[in-house]
Amino acid sequence: MSRDSTKKILSVAFLLCLVCSVLVSAAAVLLSERQELNKIEEKRKNILQAAGLYQAGRPVDEQFSQIESRILDLQTAEFSDKFDPAAFDSRAAVRDPQTRRQIPAALDLADIKARSRFQAVYLVLEDGQLQQLILPVHGKGLWSTMYGFISLADDLTTVKGFAFYEHGETPGLGGEIDNPSWKQQWQGKKIYGDSGAVRIRVLKGKVDKTSPDAIYQADGLAGSTLTARGVDNLLHYWMGEDGYQPFLERLKKEGIKL
Amino acid sequence: MSSARDVLLDPIFNKNPIGLQILGICSALAVTSKLETVVVMCLAVIFVITGSNFSVSLIRQQIPSSIRIIVQITIIATLVIIVDQFLKAYAFGISKQLSVFVGLIITNCIVLGRAEAFATKNTPGLSLLDGIGNGLGYSVVLLLVGFCRELFGAGKLLGFTILPSTNDGGWYLPNGLMLLPPSAFFIIGLLIWALRSWKTEQIEEEN
Repeated sequence: MSRDSTKKILSVAFLLCLVCSVLVSAAAVLLSERQELNKIEEKRKNILQAAGLYQAGRPVDEQFSQIESRILDLQTAEFSDKFDPAAFDSRAAVRDPQTRRQIPAALDLADIKARSRFQAVYLVLEDGQLQQLILPVHGKGLWSTMYGFISLADDLTTVKGFAFYEHGETPGLGGEIDNPSWKQQWQGKKIYGDSGAVRIRVLKGKVDKTSPDAIYQADGLAGSTLTARGVDNLLHYWMGEDGYQPFLERLKKEGIKL
Repeated sequence: MSSARDVLLDPIFNKNPIGLQILGICSALAVTSKLETVVVMCLAVIFVITGSNFSVSLIRQQIPSSIRIIVQITIIATLVIIVDQFLKAYAFGISKQLSVFVGLIITNCIVLGRAEAFATKNTPGLSLLDGIGNGLGYSVVLLLVGFCRELFGAGKLLGFTILPSTNDGGWYLPNGLMLLPPSAFFIIGLLIWALRSWKTEQIEEEN
């Protein structure tokens, strides 16, 4: 059989595809379990880091056992049992018309167009008492959508931790949102003013520590005004009326019933 | 016929795929801001290029010439997907940083270039060595670029602080340009200059 006959071409192509597809699917199937575990662990690690509870070297599973996951329905400001928190994917939920909420342009401070009606939130409990509440947030920076978690203390306004786990901002400039010292400054800042409105601001430049407003202000990032503005915007959106504010106010009023 | 030793060692300095042939520049820009990702990327490329050279050479008598490029790409793509899956399972943190660039090894001209130019004409043993050699040649350049970029851009090497940066209370003001992809262009340019000053036979003749 000649090397360039049609029959030969077809048989070589067929055999090659067969062998390659077996190899590829074998790799995908055999490794998928480990990959899923990695993804879950990564997410849990981010949650722990936002809460300031992460300790390197200890198994993430063990550390995560002190955290309770709940699904929050933003529309009713109540917890919901519709989904399993461990399996819930809010990014998939944005695409599902059942759970998608289109954000009116006037409210869309974080520039995300739509969000899921449900969000997985995380509670750090000690003897049945809420210590920290960890909320997922996201919004547009300069280049990318930045995904993070913000952790609030039991007064539901003081920040315990704030960190992004996924973004595509410029390394060395906007990417400095990952800088530990920048993340550190968020601890102890307050989100809401006395009137109950969102008062936190990310400044352009450094916070004047002597100012009475310093507790509502965070340092900007040198050379990345737009990334810092994105952080500011997403906090205003998610902590505001269309975000978690109704839920937080309900918790404050009714006490934390779990 | 060149000796096995030349096949293995020539691509490192004498016929470096990046330095002489200026191939595979894209990934050299993208993944070199940190040495850690560079090391993983280099291992991935060495695996893919060696595997593809060897497999293409094994079946080189059977491949019909009319579909040979498709056959080569299919083999390369298969190897790349396997590497990608392995990284996602066993080096999740790094695979997240490398993101699409592992997948883009498929389009790395060095891999297809060696399969087409060498593996289709030589025995599996020699092709294997050629793959390792070219992978190492690629790695040498990437490691040098990654070394410069991480050291001057972040004051670190493999994550360990070498020059304490002002952000962390040290004295070194990091060079932000080094963290951006264009800096790799400058470094590769300087490396090629250095290489051609050392091995003058690599200088192209002017027309």
